[in-house]
Amino acid sequence: MSPAVTSAVVEVKGITKAFPGVLANDDISFDVRPGEVHSLLGENGAGKSTLMGILSGIQTPDSGGILVDGEPVRIDSPRKALDIGIGTVYQHSTLIPALTVLQNLMLGDSGKLLLDAASARARLEEFGALLGVDVDPEARAADLALGRQQQVEIIKALWRGSRLLILDEPTSMLTPQAVDELYTVLARLKADGLATIFITHKLHEAVSLGDRISVLRRGRMVGTLDAAAVSSTPPDKLEEIVIEMMFGSAAADLADVGELRVGLGEAEAVEAHARATKAAVGEPLLELAGVAAPGEGTDPGVADIDLVVHEGEVVGVAGVDGNGQRALAEAISGQRRLTAGEIRLFGAPVDRLNVLKREKLGLRYLTDDRIGEGIVGSLSISLNLFLKRIGQAPYWRYGSIRRGTIDARAEELCEQFDVRAPGVETRAGTLSGGNMQKVLLARELSFGAKVVVFHKPTYGLDLKTTLGVREMIRQMRDGKAALVISTDLDELLEVSDRIVVLSRGRLVGEAEPGPGAAERIGGMMIGDVSLSLAGAGAEGTE
Amino acid sequence: MSTVPGNELLTEVEVPNRAGDRSGAVGKAIDTVIRSLVPVLLALVAGGVLLLILGHNPFAFYSSVWEHGAQNKAWQESAKRMAPLLLIAVGLIIAFRANIWNLGYNGQFLLSAAIISGLAPSLVNDLPLGLAFLILFVVAGLVGAIWTIVPALLKAFYDTNEIITTLMMSFIGVGLAQILIKGPFQDPSVNIAQTKVLELDKMLPHIPGTKVHIGVLVALAAAVVVYFAISRTSFGLKVDVLGANPRAARHVGIQVKQLIITSFFFSGLLIGLAAAADILGVWGYIRANWNPAYGDTVIPFVFLARLNPLVVIPFIAFFAVLSTGGTLATQEVGLPTDFLLVLVALILLFMTVIEFLGRRRSLGQSYLTNGLREALRLPGRKKDGAAAEAGETPKKVAR
Repeated sequence: MSPAVTSAVVEVKGITKAFPGVLANDDISFDVRPGEVHSLLGENGAGKSTLMGILSGIQTPDSGGILVDGEPVRIDSPRKALDIGIGTVYQHSTLIPALTVLQNLMLGDSGKLLLDAASARARLEEFGALLGVDVDPEARAADLALGRQQQVEIIKALWRGSRLLILDEPTSMLTPQAVDELYTVLARLKADGLATIFITHKLHEAVSLGDRISVLRRGRMVGTLDAAAVSSTPPDKLEEIVIEMMFGSAAADLADVGELRVGLGEAEAVEAHARATKAAVGEPLLELAGVAAPGEGTDPGVADIDLVVHEGEVVGVAGVDGNGQRALAEAISGQRRLTAGEIRLFGAPVDRLNVLKREKLGLRYLTDDRIGEGIVGSLSISLNLFLKRIGQAPYWRYGSIRRGTIDARAEELCEQFDVRAPGVETRAGTLSGGNMQKVLLARELSFGAKVVVFHKPTYGLDLKTTLGVREMIRQMRDGKAALVISTDLDELLEVSDRIVVLSRGRLVGEAEPGPGAAERIGGMMIGDVSLSLAGAGAEGTE
Repeated sequence: MSTVPGNELLTEVEVPNRAGDRSGAVGKAIDTVIRSLVPVLLALVAGGVLLLILGHNPFAFYSSVWEHGAQNKAWQESAKRMAPLLLIAVGLIIAFRANIWNLGYNGQFLLSAAIISGLAPSLVNDLPLGLAFLILFVVAGLVGAIWTIVPALLKAFYDTNEIITTLMMSFIGVGLAQILIKGPFQDPSVNIAQTKVLELDKMLPHIPGTKVHIGVLVALAAAVVVYFAISRTSFGLKVDVLGANPRAARHVGIQVKQLIITSFFFSGLLIGLAAAADILGVWGYIRANWNPAYGDTVIPFVFLARLNPLVVIPFIAFFAVLSTGGTLATQEVGLPTDFLLVLVALILLFMTVIEFLGRRRSLGQSYLTNGLREALRLPGRKKDGAAAEAGETPKKVAR
């Protein structure tokens, strides 16, 4: 091995992990050194999560080993990972909402008999100074903005003296300002000598943040761009190289690599928007007047929503996750009762119509929760495509299902929407996220869809599927209407004609995509909340 | 929409194959057999060992069971026993497929049985026999169905756990049945708490040439009808969606509350019919202390049949033979009849073992409702294993 390896904090050698039918990690080797950010890039399903799971002790590899400071270790539990100094920040919050920041952090001390709040407080202050953030130890985790929660997660991961920090898709839930702040925190940690693995599927993040960039494709390590290469190559060129690595020969098949990069950064997004042909805006198709709907569990409700979506228009709804997106979507789809206000579809009120009746009128809801409520995993693709028209002719006749008709139509839909599966009788639960989403898109966009609510339409999808989905959304301008609820601001800037901002269950502003829109919308997204609770995003370094 | 632009950008994504699965229809069939038959065989073997330990010859015992349960005219007794068992099994299948745990079958059954026994003696004398039976079956079904309404409403509107509410309603139903038998329906001519006994010629007619009452045909017909309803009608698909993913049911616009209530209703209805078939076909009266607890013994077989109303028939037949033949066989060798319950318990035990092993190896599919598979819906048409055959190369659907 090269001499550089001796300085590695953690070295992964020949890790292989197979799941039934999938080789998630195939002979993967790489290392992380102190004071560097190592970006780990790959599409969904490339094996990033598995690799991270192995490093953080959630999964054990079938073969291969992990060296920490040159010593082989066996990480067979998350506790073990923490013991040897590997801290992980997961994509979704692992804080206990009802506990305070300090209590959450002290959970890491549970090995001790007595909790020592005083020294924990001191440690938190230390970390706060190190990271350059100011966290109230007594704030309940649930009350923190997501960016601030993530900072607490980072502190939690480092709480017991970690030397390697793993961040899994850390920016997916953050406002632009919070992302900037995260960058600052990472820079400080780097300066302090911490090794960081930064897992992402967003190209520009990997490139702008990583000292080294490793690319995974289909479970294999395609290669690592070392520090010298990263620093000496201009970002544009670097992105092209990385795209080549991510997609390999497939990159050549792409219509245009330039187009692929649309959606990666804001500048391109604005350009894409300019290119988008703006169809003439027509009659209002979907109108919400003073709509209020209750929350469910931790998921807040909405109030005083006034919104009109016209024919030929794509309206984006921006907002940090958990600000009433689901209540809004379900109120429109009919899954949730309104407590006030009125929803009109094609000018006629639909308050008294249930989900199915609204769907028959042409209103569709593409849910964000594919596995939880979109798909019935144990049923076939065919049946899943027809779940919203159970009992309807010509697919059911004389009360009896006509499987031939259903399967034939399902095959057409799979062809049209490019669902990749062994056959339409394949159980939907075995599909990848992207194919599942295509099945749902086929279900929602066919059969006379007029007004479609897209809820996080590309969340967790690989890049190429994402671009395909966005193209479908843009196609809605052709005589239909779309409401796109997304936490990905870049996406909204790319596909929307105008963007409204949802914060704490209310619409707090509106903007048209254009120069500076991201900052303005980002500001509205955190709005007054940031001043009282978080302060996180607003004060972030630009 | 004829073509979707942007398709050229949509990448191929690998379909996860399940390499551990046996591939092809043959493999599926083997899996099914392993899952379904092995627990029964193991239970019989373990029961045999138990018999040996108790000093009996297991082969003699089992052949005695066969002799008294299936040979000569004994099969007719077993066939009669099948009627209530099968109706209850089918009733449970409807509820379980909707992921509704209707465990109130004893109360639903006994309350129906008590009311039928009380009404039958006067009805069969006052009305034409056919009409009287029709009314009694309808009443029995309705009583069973109505006894599910409280748990159904509680679950539909307040998401109350139906395991608890059905069990509680079951106790109330059993108690109420006893009150009815000892009170208004008491036969004044006897000292024992029981209803008036139907005369033999006022009971359900026999299938010509046998001594098997036509209640058995009702049960078989019910199994076929429910199979059709589950596999072909929109009701069946809705029940399966509700059972597999209630949130998806709400999302796709299924009226979840209504469906919970209807599933409960039909479940209770069939269990009520079981009471009518058994009382009018076999017993002719009911005693206050009578509780055959058919449902308890049926549950393992419902799962062994993987909630398929047709597949459950042979299992019920097996248990009917075991139960009628076993009653005599145990008496012959001086064992308590509860030994049969030991066998049922052993089946449950080995099911659990297979289920546990099946999680680790690929032993076919789970017995449980959430593991409801398309394979259940259309046996033999299953091509899921094709994914494994397709190997590494994902194929497009339409070719």
